[in-house]
Amino acid sequence: MSVLVYTENWDGKFKKLSFELISYGKELSKKLNTELVALSIGNVAESELQKLALYGADRIINVNKSELSFFDAQLYNSVLAKVTESVGAKLILFAHNNTGKALSPRLSVSLKAGLATAVIAQPDLTNGFIIRKKVFTSKAFANIKINSDIKILSLLQNSFGLLEDPKNAVIESFDTDMDFSDQKCKLMDVNKVSGKLILTDADIVVSGGRGMKGPENWGPIEELASLLGAATACSRPVADEHWRPHEEHVGQTGKVLSPSLYIACGISGAIQHLGGISNSKYIVAINKDPEAPIFEAADYGIVGDLSKVLPDLITAVKEFKA
Amino acid sequence: MKILVCINNVPDTTTKIKFVDNKAFDSAGVQWIINPWDELTLTRAIEMKETQPADIESVTVINVGRADAEASIRKALAIGADNGIRINSDTSDSYSVAFQLSEYIAKEKYDIIFCGIESSDYNGGSVGGMLAEFLAIPSVSSVSMFEIKDGKVVVKREIDGGNETLSVQTPFVLIGQKGIAIEPKIPSMRGIMTARTKQLTVVEGVACNQLIEFVDFDLPKAKAACRKIDAENVKELIDLLHNEAKVI
Repeated sequence: MSVLVYTENWDGKFKKLSFELISYGKELSKKLNTELVALSIGNVAESELQKLALYGADRIINVNKSELSFFDAQLYNSVLAKVTESVGAKLILFAHNNTGKALSPRLSVSLKAGLATAVIAQPDLTNGFIIRKKVFTSKAFANIKINSDIKILSLLQNSFGLLEDPKNAVIESFDTDMDFSDQKCKLMDVNKVSGKLILTDADIVVSGGRGMKGPENWGPIEELASLLGAATACSRPVADEHWRPHEEHVGQTGKVLSPSLYIACGISGAIQHLGGISNSKYIVAINKDPEAPIFEAADYGIVGDLSKVLPDLITAVKEFKA
Repeated sequence: MKILVCINNVPDTTTKIKFVDNKAFDSAGVQWIINPWDELTLTRAIEMKETQPADIESVTVINVGRADAEASIRKALAIGADNGIRINSDTSDSYSVAFQLSEYIAKEKYDIIFCGIESSDYNGGSVGGMLAEFLAIPSVSSVSMFEIKDGKVVVKREIDGGNETLSVQTPFVLIGQKGIAIEPKIPSMRGIMTARTKQLTVVEGVACNQLIEFVDFDLPKAKAACRKIDAENVKELIDLLHNEAKVI
């Protein structure tokens, strides 16, 4: 048996979440007294693949086929099912992101494996296999017992630290022995945001709401974000008014984030917005209304006029960084 | 094309969440709604039928649940779905819901099956993908745009840090998110009246193996009060974020 981790690369470089998954998987594989296998699908250089061993991968399985150059959930799932069988994996780990959400349910059916998604902690193994996750859009927690022989977890991003545990792993090329000629999905166009921090991956997020008064006032938000190495986000009314692109909308129907620090500027804190940010480790609220519900969710708050507070904050960050 | 939209019946977003003995959700006094993500995909399906009737033959809604879910099905009919199906069963987990749906769909013929990316109750986000695998058909997840051009299905899906446009052969499962529609469609008075006469078929559920079980639930601990910082002294915030929270 083994623990299998599904890693993801971005133009040949592993995403941080892949190392998070391996760190989490390593801790678990030690408890289960088994080996940790990392799977990479795509065109990744050997030196990059070796980085997976730095966090504790005992084996690295590399599937590099031109037919798998773009993500087709059905095909990728067939590959995963084969790899799972080949390494005798009893536990498979995904990130709870776009790819993990697309793949893990399919694999659950293929393997008749119980699936728990958006997991936030290591499982409790004292009485079976019990995982913990948030439910009702972060308004409650559930403990879920997985009873099947093979188990699948998807982990909430930024919830687990990186832990180095270097191994001497061998990179094994895996031959899928599959016919890929019948592709039902065809890629027509890719639009990648380049040079910009990916919102769901960001450790710090600076976000603006209707209290910013108009798209022309976003300069200080962008400047503060750039100083902090943060991504920018917004509330729903801001996206609906087209002040900012919809990709930045954070909230129940928008993106759900789990950064270390979320700075909410001029956001009142509607319950739908809180659903998207309640996984943040720390929330800072800046709002002129002292009664705004965002202050109930925030760890630190400033009641004041954004047109003055934001420039002051930018100056303070510049002094701090200097 | 025939479209099937899977809808879940969930507590209203503003519901105060409570549990009975921490074992089960306390539904006393709860208002039920169509799951927001399902409602957005339903909205898009109906928009398409209205604007491109030559391409969309029908929009059917389906729900796995008990009779109390019928108000949500009727609402979907009022928005513009042609007919509704309820699979009469409890909904213990995503796997069993997807299995129930697949058993029904395997006997019918639908070209595109719409699901929302997640449900606002148990936040599993798995029914669409599971359903596609049960049916052994493609699935495209995180879909933020759906069009039919010259009889071909074109979708845009979100990836981490961008998006991709794909053409997909039917039948397939479309797993939609925000963007596929921006605002849910509001039923008109006429829609509400005609919904009463539209067909709502009830079929019995089938048994399914249980792979997971909810052991118990708990509520988040009360949060410490927000620490207020004087607007004239924002430097203190930087100190706290650096020395106390250690996040910068």
